[in-house]
Amino acid sequence: MPAKRRMAQLVMLAVAVLIVMGAYANVGLAMNGEVPSGMLTYGLGLGGLMLAAYLVLAKFAPWADPLILPLVTLINGLGCVMIFRLESVPMAGASSNSQIMWTALGVVMFSVTLVVLRDHRMLQRLTYTAGAVGLVLLAIPAVLPGSLSEVQGAKIWIRIGGFSIQPGEFAKLALVVFFAGYLVAKRDVLALAGRRLLFIDLPRARDLGPILVTWGLSLLVLVFEKDLGTSLLLFGTFIAMIYIATQRTSWVLIGVLLFVGGAFVAGQLFDHVGARFSAWLDPGSPIFYGNAPVCLEDPPGDPLCSKSYQIMQGLFGFGAGGILGTGLGQGHPELIPLSFSDFIFAATGEELGLTGLMALLMMYALLVERGLRSSIAARDPYSKLLAGGLSFILAWQVFIIVGGVTNLIPLTGLVTPFMSQGGSALLANWILIALLVRMSDSARKPPPQAIQNEGMTQVFQR
Amino acid sequence: MNSPLKRVAVACLAMFALLMINVNWLQGVRAEELRSDNRNTRNYYERYAIERGRITASGKEILAQSVETKSNKFRFVRQYPEGRLYAHVTGFFSPESADAIEGAENKLLDGSSADLLLRRSIDLFTGEPTKGANVDLTIDPRAQKAAYEALKASGKRGAVVALNPKTGGILAMVSLPTYDPAELSGTDKGKVFTRYDQLAKDKNQPLLNRAIRQTYPPGSTFKVVTAAAYLEDDDSRDGQTIVDAPQRLPLPNTNISLPNYNGAACGSGKVPLVYALEKSCNTPFGKIAMELGYDKMREQTVKFGMGEQIGVPMSVVQSDFGPKEDQAALAMASIGQRSNRMTPLQMAMIAAGIANDGVVMKPYLVNKITDAKGDTVDEADPEELTDAVSTETAHKLRDMMVSVVNNGTANLAQVPGVQVAGKTGTAETSDGAPPHAWFISFAPAENPKVALAVIVESGAANVGAEATGGHTAAPIAKAVLEAILK
Repeated sequence: MPAKRRMAQLVMLAVAVLIVMGAYANVGLAMNGEVPSGMLTYGLGLGGLMLAAYLVLAKFAPWADPLILPLVTLINGLGCVMIFRLESVPMAGASSNSQIMWTALGVVMFSVTLVVLRDHRMLQRLTYTAGAVGLVLLAIPAVLPGSLSEVQGAKIWIRIGGFSIQPGEFAKLALVVFFAGYLVAKRDVLALAGRRLLFIDLPRARDLGPILVTWGLSLLVLVFEKDLGTSLLLFGTFIAMIYIATQRTSWVLIGVLLFVGGAFVAGQLFDHVGARFSAWLDPGSPIFYGNAPVCLEDPPGDPLCSKSYQIMQGLFGFGAGGILGTGLGQGHPELIPLSFSDFIFAATGEELGLTGLMALLMMYALLVERGLRSSIAARDPYSKLLAGGLSFILAWQVFIIVGGVTNLIPLTGLVTPFMSQGGSALLANWILIALLVRMSDSARKPPPQAIQNEGMTQVFQR
Repeated sequence: MNSPLKRVAVACLAMFALLMINVNWLQGVRAEELRSDNRNTRNYYERYAIERGRITASGKEILAQSVETKSNKFRFVRQYPEGRLYAHVTGFFSPESADAIEGAENKLLDGSSADLLLRRSIDLFTGEPTKGANVDLTIDPRAQKAAYEALKASGKRGAVVALNPKTGGILAMVSLPTYDPAELSGTDKGKVFTRYDQLAKDKNQPLLNRAIRQTYPPGSTFKVVTAAAYLEDDDSRDGQTIVDAPQRLPLPNTNISLPNYNGAACGSGKVPLVYALEKSCNTPFGKIAMELGYDKMREQTVKFGMGEQIGVPMSVVQSDFGPKEDQAALAMASIGQRSNRMTPLQMAMIAAGIANDGVVMKPYLVNKITDAKGDTVDEADPEELTDAVSTETAHKLRDMMVSVVNNGTANLAQVPGVQVAGKTGTAETSDGAPPHAWFISFAPAENPKVALAVIVESGAANVGAEATGGHTAAPIAKAVLEAILK
């Protein structure tokens, strides 16, 4: 029977908060020679917040995996420190206060989710509602005029007054809930074998509907919102979930083929997709970097000019960091455009080095694996699918953005979960974590004692 | 559903493994390449993040130092207390390059040299920020100031180099016009580069260190070398040896002849060698060279160090006696004309070689390197460069050169109470500009402390008996000698 490990969780949380406070102090000492005046407030604030989250968790999800909350706390805290560090340069756009405020709201959402959602299977009843909500949230920026929805080429915002949210971040959650409910209901049909080709059982042609619809949806996101990242994120997650639901490798193959086909067509049709791909292949070339003579004209003489400038700045940052990093506050991550949001991983790599990034990636990997563990331990298919889907989308998102920033794959804009500056993503990801905690709790909770006394029923144990 | 979930878990681990491998590749393997990429502007900030060492002269005068700023971006900037005076010695430290000592000793000044490994390791443990090493130069501030002021007073372009003949240490190195290194060492790239372009395009070439990076026809100062070759050729010769000194020397296979300065006669037409040198007659030396032949003349120039690759540590351009041509060309080259081209430093080395009993010492600027804590990292070790002439020949030449100052064309270089040896020169230029005024010298003659060369470009402007190197360049030399010997 799994232990609650509440004490261990509390200690780990305290350590996470202490590491973050130490990092704050480090930034201040390196940059101004003194401990930042707000450090104690920040530290106590973060500590208080996490203590509250812990208390809610201990009350409403006592059996939840003890590692999840400390990991998220540490990643989120380090993100705040990096933003604080960039803001101190100063770097326009970076605002640690707003990030901390959103973190606080995120913890509130986390708590509310745990308190309100006592049984995640309630969500199964909302399958189609979630689907509809997801689609609407996804579609809003595409429908709105560009002035209200477009920032730096990506049409993914709703901007009202000084306030802006990215509905796609919440759509992502709603759609995973929808996929889980839908696939659980249809998985027997989708798993039916059609024709056999080589070693693979192909699905029946008439069952191809759902995957084609999702594929079409992803393409629409790409076309109307110019958001490569979300498009790839949603389609990949759907493929992973349909595979979990049906155990059919053929779905993965079909998905990959559709993806390659879609990517190829998109690359031919849309300049911005093709440009990302070319820049990925040779980011250092003068045209992509933007220092070729043709690019110095006004306006630049080639549409591909400067397409890799940001990536190269990021790579220079990684290079400057090397094995041990420059130390917090001692590098120049402000030279990397958007280093407080999309490129925060590069900024972290510069100052914390390979050592820091390995630790950070390890934390993400642990978080994902704890989620997948809950999924395997879950007792019903719906929980398995939902937990599996949510864990996968987290891993997939880290892979897409970190892979893009490190030039492993073509760059597509996405936030680095819990690190990048941005309220919507923080809220959505804290809700995602609440769902994982909720499912982890129900997976690890021992079955009711009464049944055990009858001596007949099989008891689940790990 | 557990088996596909496990496979998804493996896939997720594989994704993280890929990310980790890629990050290792970037930050472990490719880091150096990315760091040193010239588009990586971090290098630019990095230049100002380190407290560079000081450049000092004779252990006291500060020529260049780093001072801390309030700025977060540029922590240390370079300061040159007497910028224009030492510009060609210190050089500048611009956002993308560095010149002269700032450039040549950069790795020591910024602390990245392997010689400072020990210091850096200690700093790593004690947690102190690494500071660059200090570079102390052999420059004597008094000599430098005297040379600068005197040359500046002439209002002409030119150069002065003074050496310690016994060690080769450079005591003064002045080139005019000069520039302010502070203007090229700012952090504002746009400003610095604009200023640099202006200076680089200036027709007076203020960025050029004339002392080591420019060659000139040496004119009559080269007669010392011709005399050296003549004395070396036969031990029995000395200053009193009678040489032919016609009013005009016919040049074989041409219809021209070599005159003396202003076409004057040289004594009775048969004069002692010392007299020919005192009066700087052309014909005896042209005749001597033709008798000795090109090979012996060239050999003598090589013995004075010509053709050696010299770095002081800044590289010195090659001086050259000129190619082997006919006898007429040889006669012209032997009096410092035709294709004969010498750097001012080379001419100073000739004077120094004679002063140092015939041994030419390798010239150098860096006296001592100390780390930030004051411990010596490296110290200059004077080296012999070449044996120019025998000790006897050196003494004969010395006596003749003393006579030049006392009785001849260089009386303006006399320093009361000190025996000064010297030789004037007036070098005609091919482009029709007024001739250059030269002077090489050393003193005190018996126990030389300084040897020097002075050139004033087109300094012999006034045509007439006084329009020689003796008139324009010798007083500058005198000022430097006095500054050092006082």
